[in-house]
Amino acid sequence: MPQLRALEGNLAVAEGARLSRIQVCAAYPITPQTPIVEYISEYVRQGMLNAKYIAVESEHSAISAVIGASLVGARAFTATAGAGLALMHEVTIVAAGNRLPIVMAIANRAMPSPWSLQVDHSDSMGERDQGWVQLYAENAQEALDFTILGYRIGEDDRVRLPIMPCIDGFYVSHTTEVVNVPDQEQVDAFLPPYKPKHVYLDVNDPISVNNLTSPDVYTEIRQEHFRALQNALSVIDDLGTKFGDCFGRYYGVVEGVALDDAETIFVTMGSITGTVRQAIRDMRAKGEHVGLLKVTAFRPFPKAKVRQILASAKRVLVIDRSAGLGSEGPLALEVKGALYGLYPAPIVYGFIGGLGGRDFSLVTIARAYKKAMEMSAKGEINPRAIWIDSKEGEL
Amino acid sequence: MTRSAPQLIHHGLTTCEGCSMEIIARAMMRVLGPRTIVITPPSCSAIITGYGRETGWMVPAWQSNLENVAAYAAGIRTGLEVTGQEEINVVGFAGDGGTVDIGLQALSGAVERGHRFIYICYDNEAYMNTGIQRSGATPKGAWTTTTPEGKREGKKNIIGMLLAQGIPYAATASAGFVDDFERKIAKASKIDGPSYIHALTPCSTGWRFPASQTITMSRLAVETGVWPLFEVKDNIVHITHKVKELKPLVEYLKLQGRFRGLHEDEINAWQEQIKVNYTAFLDKEGKSWLC
Repeated sequence: MPQLRALEGNLAVAEGARLSRIQVCAAYPITPQTPIVEYISEYVRQGMLNAKYIAVESEHSAISAVIGASLVGARAFTATAGAGLALMHEVTIVAAGNRLPIVMAIANRAMPSPWSLQVDHSDSMGERDQGWVQLYAENAQEALDFTILGYRIGEDDRVRLPIMPCIDGFYVSHTTEVVNVPDQEQVDAFLPPYKPKHVYLDVNDPISVNNLTSPDVYTEIRQEHFRALQNALSVIDDLGTKFGDCFGRYYGVVEGVALDDAETIFVTMGSITGTVRQAIRDMRAKGEHVGLLKVTAFRPFPKAKVRQILASAKRVLVIDRSAGLGSEGPLALEVKGALYGLYPAPIVYGFIGGLGGRDFSLVTIARAYKKAMEMSAKGEINPRAIWIDSKEGEL
Repeated sequence: MTRSAPQLIHHGLTTCEGCSMEIIARAMMRVLGPRTIVITPPSCSAIITGYGRETGWMVPAWQSNLENVAAYAAGIRTGLEVTGQEEINVVGFAGDGGTVDIGLQALSGAVERGHRFIYICYDNEAYMNTGIQRSGATPKGAWTTTTPEGKREGKKNIIGMLLAQGIPYAATASAGFVDDFERKIAKASKIDGPSYIHALTPCSTGWRFPASQTITMSRLAVETGVWPLFEVKDNIVHITHKVKELKPLVEYLKLQGRFRGLHEDEINAWQEQIKVNYTAFLDKEGKSWLC
């Protein structure tokens, strides 16, 4: 029987990994991810999980070791955050380029410098073009569900890619919530054992993998990779629905809230979404026509869906939890790109906030809304990001 | 000892003429046989792993990154264990740069954790595949494209570092003593843990000697005492090729263009150092490495 338990986000991920019957976990400790792999190593010790835990000497070796394990047919898992993810950067695309369905949980942590222990998305945004599927979880329940769903999506023949469930450091990773934990039989029915298909190291069928290529084939191999990510858009929706049929919780590339008559739509990712849910409830009670579009899959980015949903809005408020240094927030850029060529098109206001763990509160949301409404009334468009919670003003 | 074993590396590789890495690779595969998974970093050995649709290996091979050969080996071995795939050799086959410089951390970590894998460093004493740049294994005085006046620093003692970590089996080898290498690789494959073989592989392209002299160079390195052959199993030293009378160092150096800039006093100092070291080395036979 599924159980309702009080779990922090990190434990929810570890439970997701346990229920997915991972066989190898290689990891290096880094805040705020560390509890995930502490729980997993304890599961291994207690025999609750028939897996091997490799306590590697760096994140670079962590991702390398799980790639090695995946290449010989093991279901492999790792987790990291912040600078640890950046250290893996060279190798993350090896996992994706070889189409290995590894799941790597990210407890999002702001990139140095300056150092921060706390959340923003600058770490996972640095990996956004490395060819992984990125799913941003709003809460501990999604942290658990996206881990299980991640393997199912990643191992699907139409996809065969690694998956990065991203959970906001501390706000999700260390916050205890009620989580519905599925039972093993349910998960086994949803997620069959992993079988490599195209890329493997097998002494009974020797092939040379990942070798040097020429300009004659590199483009087409990249294009295949691109196509797999495109396929993932519908596969996430398809399997998110199947997941719902099994477990009662339905997922897709995006989730819309109160969109029917919404003139103003917030676009969010991660834990800020929960606060915006509350904000739009409050605003709707006062008669404001506001809605919410939560982007779950940032990679692949669901352009067509975002365009379709936002097309009828007057204004769109995008909240980015990473600075987009030198340009705008990456989510705002994607949203603007999705709306390109639409006429008439909603005006997009990009807000940057919540960096380095700063609380993105109801007050901040109200300020962003007010700002957007004022600009909109004056017919102003704003080509640049608005730093909405900076003590030094909005830039 | 295994000359009749089937070849597990195709003919027609695009290695340089007179390549001794290839000699080591072929010998390694003759001993290890088909139940072997090979990992090569971007390096001369990647030539065997192949280009486009072609590969030299007749066993599964993985082209790794430069610094994580041992980490991939750790993951592959662990994956084999959890999926019940037994009696398979997992071999990292990396050059000196990928081992003693950029790959050192992953190698040290994997050795410390005790995974069962064989790591072979073919040491051509520079980044030869990128075009002869200095590595931590380049000897003092050697010209490379990044040490145009000769390297000022000595060669990193990687085998000493790994033995200090307590690796259960480590050995030196030479492309000029293939039987010795084959015995060592056979031994390494039986070790229930990490094993390391460091093979000196003279490089005609980078050392500036005629391609016909590869074996001569390999043998001279051993016979002059520059590259002593030994193994250490469970911390006990065994000298596998004792040179009764060392040949003069200059015989080894004079054939190589890369040492052309060495002064006579530098050569003499090196020669003296070899004499002292070799006497101490002979004394190690049968004793503890860490004594």
